[in-house]
Amino acid sequence: MATVKISVNGTPQEIDVDPAMPILWVVRERLGLSGTKFGCGIAQCGACTVHLDDEPVRSCSTPISAADGKAITTIEGIAAEDGTLSKVQQAWISEQVPQCGYCQSGQIMSATALLKETPQPNDEQINAYMAGNVCRCGMYGRIRKAIKVAAGIEPSTTQETPA
Amino acid sequence: MSDTETTAVDPDKPERSKAAKWTRRGFIGAGALAGGALLVGVAVRSGNPVGKLKPIVAGGDGEALINSWVKIDADNIVTAIVPHCEMGQGANSTLAQMLADEMDVSWDNVRVMDAPADGNYVSQHAVRTFVGPGTIPGKPNQVSFMEPTYDGLFTQIGKLADAYITGGSSSVRSTGQNGMRVAGAAAREMLIGAAAAEWGVPADEITTQDGVLSHAGSGQSAPYAQFAAAAAEQTLPRAPRIKQASEFKLMGTPALRKDIPCKVDGTGIFGIDGGPAEGPGKDALRYAAVKAAPVVGSTVEAIDASAAKAMPGVLQILNMGDFVAVVADSYWQAQQALRSVKTTYSKTEIDGLDTEQMFAQYAAALDEAGMDGGNSKADYGDAAGALSSAAKTVEAEYKVPFLAHATMEPMNCTAWVRDGKCDIWTGTQVPLMSRKGAAEGAGVGEDDVTMHTVMLGGGFGRRLTPEYANQAARIAKATGYPIKMIWSREEDTAQDFYRPADISRFSGGLDEQGRVVGWSNIHCSEDEPAEAPLVEFYDIANVSVRGAEVEAPLRLGAWRSVGHSQHGFFVESFVDELAHAAGKDPLEFRRTLLANSPRHLAVLEGAAKMADWGSDLPEGHGRGIAIARSFNSIVAEVAEVDMTGDMPRVTKMFCCVDAGYAMNPDGLSAQMESGIIYGLSAALYNEVTIKNGAVEQSNFHDYRMMRMVDAPQIAVQIINGAPDNLGGAGEPGLPPAAPAVANAIFAASGTRIRELPIAKHFA
Ligand code: FES
Ligand code: FES
Repeated sequence: MATVKISVNGTPQEIDVDPAMPILWVVRERLGLSGTKFGCGIAQCGACTVHLDDEPVRSCSTPISAADGKAITTIEGIAAEDGTLSKVQQAWISEQVPQCGYCQSGQIMSATALLKETPQPNDEQINAYMAGNVCRCGMYGRIRKAIKVAAGIEPSTTQETPA
Repeated sequence: MSDTETTAVDPDKPERSKAAKWTRRGFIGAGALAGGALLVGVAVRSGNPVGKLKPIVAGGDGEALINSWVKIDADNIVTAIVPHCEMGQGANSTLAQMLADEMDVSWDNVRVMDAPADGNYVSQHAVRTFVGPGTIPGKPNQVSFMEPTYDGLFTQIGKLADAYITGGSSSVRSTGQNGMRVAGAAAREMLIGAAAAEWGVPADEITTQDGVLSHAGSGQSAPYAQFAAAAAEQTLPRAPRIKQASEFKLMGTPALRKDIPCKVDGTGIFGIDGGPAEGPGKDALRYAAVKAAPVVGSTVEAIDASAAKAMPGVLQILNMGDFVAVVADSYWQAQQALRSVKTTYSKTEIDGLDTEQMFAQYAAALDEAGMDGGNSKADYGDAAGALSSAAKTVEAEYKVPFLAHATMEPMNCTAWVRDGKCDIWTGTQVPLMSRKGAAEGAGVGEDDVTMHTVMLGGGFGRRLTPEYANQAARIAKATGYPIKMIWSREEDTAQDFYRPADISRFSGGLDEQGRVVGWSNIHCSEDEPAEAPLVEFYDIANVSVRGAEVEAPLRLGAWRSVGHSQHGFFVESFVDELAHAAGKDPLEFRRTLLANSPRHLAVLEGAAKMADWGSDLPEGHGRGIAIARSFNSIVAEVAEVDMTGDMPRVTKMFCCVDAGYAMNPDGLSAQMESGIIYGLSAALYNEVTIKNGAVEQSNFHDYRMMRMVDAPQIAVQIINGAPDNLGGAGEPGLPPAAPAVANAIFAASGTRIRELPIAKHFA
């Protein structure tokens, strides 16, 4: 066991934990943040994507020790403090992206990181960046479109603001 | 849709008119005639089973249950109570859309609630059309077994047949048409009746809009909520008036799905997220990792847990007979420890089994049957005669592998057994069956099991079995802890209920003009649904379709689009081969064959037009077309492939669909996109193989999913070809995808793909 100091969605935390435990299980079981999902456990699907100091990582395969002294952001932490959804989240609603939704926390975290790095991505950049995120429901076309909507490259399909 | 159609008696089930006996209410009886169990849309009255549901669905004060499909709150919020699990299709939202439209309430004021897993909410249509013999393990004859209970299905089916099911693409066409719309219309008429009585005006002078009742003559108006209680006392209308398509306000529009907001902010609760929310149950929660014997029929003979026991956080290591479970303070610890448990399994008769042997057995069964052995599935004209006198005959054999579902969320279940009761959180397409499995595992009565509603991280037919709920309940009972059991991806891949493999042989005859005069087919699989291999929409006079019986000692199950996933590929590949043998363009060839099937033809033309069929493509690119009808929807797809790389790349898919009427066009389109990608993953990459009796694949590195970089552009066009005859949405997009691609590969390269997956041929 070891004590790791992390900030999670802006809140500093000190946790006594096996330093080898993947971030995924710390976040889900110890911190009760269940939006981050388990899909494969071997860095193949991206369902578990979180940000570590703004960089996307596969939390199923990243030990909590790697987060010591760093900031973890999960799907629960990307809306504004007043609850206003991020541009990416809003685009996910306007393009009606999710089917089952299970992969979508990870997709949104990857897309958010992509737009931070490349605010105006082209198709190839989107495809390459999002290649680590599987959507078994096959919503790739909508994800691609929603990323462009969030980037302001394309107009949104539905104009309604989310309730 | 007219009233008479809503209340029509199904010709092959005339005895269902008796349903009115137990209701003595016109609307209920009528609904039962058309939709069986969908008629839980019943007013609250004593002696009615809905009374039992009232405490479950009723919220705070001031709410009245008008009927069990719809609830109106004091603040005029309308809740549609939906008897299907939300697997991700958005179907529940569409159902609510149908109800809200008939009821004249605005979309903003509508909420959706999953029905509790209680026998009073059952989807009989799904049972009848989807759960064919053999689909549910241990229930070899589910459908006929249930028929005798038809009249009493209210109370019987749930208990006897565990039949609350989401599958068969049935929710909208069945629950929506026969349940939700009728219930919405009935609720509206009852509200009007109540207002008319109170205001002392004729009911037909009262109008409704956005949840408000108005009477122009007297200037009175009131929100629905004001009359909710009084309406519950109204006699149910005998035949509530259902809107004509021209009157639709919400139906046919891309209303935003209600389930999406919670899927973008992490608040949605899936099975894996469920569990006791607060208090002692939450504190006591522990985690279980499991590994079942890898070969069907094998058991755990002995375990050596000495290393695992010493590992941090490990609480208990259990030999459960058919599987090993490790319970620990965290799931990761349980998984780590499970890996170090050494297990010996009992020998079975299939320890030496491998996929090659199975295919050899299939081929031998087909050899033995010839083209005229086995069981007949369709036989009209004289196929053998037509083939022997044909100017040209074409023969081909196709082969498809076993497939896993690979839902994004692996199987999991949280169970808490205490004081003779059991709480269950699990994503399932069959809550009543899972409840039964949990009850057996926990050693309690079914009524003592509470099923908590959670979302499903994908279903596709995988979550039609109760074994994982049973496992979790057994572990919870054995340990005394509330247990969150999660299958690893490896376990999920190894312990699936697989899409059956199959071999299908064809012989086709052409006349001098290149017209199809004879069609003979024999294949191995049990066909679910029975129509899957049939070709009656093609204008072929002499047809024989037969099936040879084979055994596959594996766990087999329903996989998205069921038998259509195989036969779509077989039939449409062979039609393409016939077209080329006749020297005709595959589109032109199908046009001729579909001369007597106008809806099919329109869909075919639609897809061809979208793809600009016949226009030039770059060197090394090709186009293929395929059409299939499944779950009462007709879908044609044109695939474009690029053969200039090492592996065929699908660049575009054009999809034209006629699902009768698109209640939510954007939702239907999303389902087509989804079915296409699911079908392409399978067509291009996927096969489950067996070695030494066990499944060889384990995770996404060896059971590959299509990713964004491989995903084609998809365009979908919708034809509303039969507003009174709805088709499904979740599955019909899949069957044409594989043959369209295989046919495109042939067009581009001259290579005919007769065996899936395609990647096999380009390794
Ligand atoms: S669960 Fe981490 S990448 Fe799949
Ligand atoms: S929405 Fe279901 S896996 Fe992506």
